[in-house]
Amino acid sequence: MNNLVKPWQRFMPSRTVLIMGLLLYFVGLMAFAMNHKTELKKELPPHVVIRKDSVASVKAFTAVYKVLMSPRCMNCHPQGDIPLQGDDSHLHTMFPKRGLEGKGVLAMKCANCHQPTNTPGLNTPPGNPNWHLPPADMKMVFQGKTPRQLAKQLVDPQLNGHKDMQKLVEHADDGLVKAGWNPGEGRSLPPMSHAEFKKAWITWLSTGAYAPKQ
Amino acid sequence: MINLNVNHKKYRIDADPDMPLLWVIRDIIGLTGTKYGCGVAQCGACVIHLNGEAVRSCVTKLSRGAGQEIITIEGLSANNNHPAQVAWNEESVPQCGYCHSGQIMSAAVLLREKPNPTDQDIDDAMAGNICRCGTYLRIRKAIHLAAELQKKEGGTT
Repeated sequence: MNNLVKPWQRFMPSRTVLIMGLLLYFVGLMAFAMNHKTELKKELPPHVVIRKDSVASVKAFTAVYKVLMSPRCMNCHPQGDIPLQGDDSHLHTMFPKRGLEGKGVLAMKCANCHQPTNTPGLNTPPGNPNWHLPPADMKMVFQGKTPRQLAKQLVDPQLNGHKDMQKLVEHADDGLVKAGWNPGEGRSLPPMSHAEFKKAWITWLSTGAYAPKQ
Repeated sequence: MINLNVNHKKYRIDADPDMPLLWVIRDIIGLTGTKYGCGVAQCGACVIHLNGEAVRSCVTKLSRGAGQEIITIEGLSANNNHPAQVAWNEESVPQCGYCHSGQIMSAAVLLREKPNPTDQDIDDAMAGNICRCGTYLRIRKAIHLAAELQKKEGGTT
């Protein structure tokens, strides 16, 4: 009886092989975890480290202001409740209204004409899945603002949609913000690339978000 | 094949997902009440209801309508008796009539969301529906009448 070796005992790995296997498993697991962490880090925006530099900050905001006041940004940040349209920022034809949530009113909701993607053809309705104006209780007006007024508004959570510094940095990559660089046929692009804008935006914020004197 | 639900009837459509819903509705399904006006969402002649919203079918792709509830002028009511349709008839609103299926579809959304619309509400809701015959004053009158009819009916649209 004692000499009988059961089948599963016959194929049991030795202790050394078992330990080596376990070690390899943990090494693999750690490598995956580290790699995964790196991937996640790539997706997240860089954590904002503030190094105050008023000169660099104001200089960066000059570029930021040019983009925000371009028709592709300003047209959806109007003074009134009707969006602007075209490279000359005229009032949107048909006078659609902002509505409480910024998505239009009644039979004139933004998404009734603005599709999830640009409509093909010259000057046809541009599209985005999240097409909207700022909401009625947080209008975030750009139109008519001086560089100083706009800079101060952008960093005030009571006026900027409750965004803290990290959220402001992330906003550069917002889908609707980026849609400004994909405006559809017949519309001019903002005055610099999205990459240049993002760099200026983060520089302005990370150097103290100083407002120009005027 | 794309599944469409138009006027509570199911259709399986074999067409390019980028085809405008207007072409699908008119040329494939054969419901010609919805009209082609401008083709670029500027006039409102092609308004249908997509999940209850007054969507311009000339710029709305077939793919957006897949599996959603679509109502055209033919499906707005059982017997052409939606309060807006009755009021339109009562006030003899149309002149040439081409834009009016779109006008009525927009008015139906307005009446659902604002059962007692003011003149300003009517202007806000109907500004995207153009009428070359200039029947705007009769449209406004008919919407006020439709609101009264709707109230009498118990608020159903």
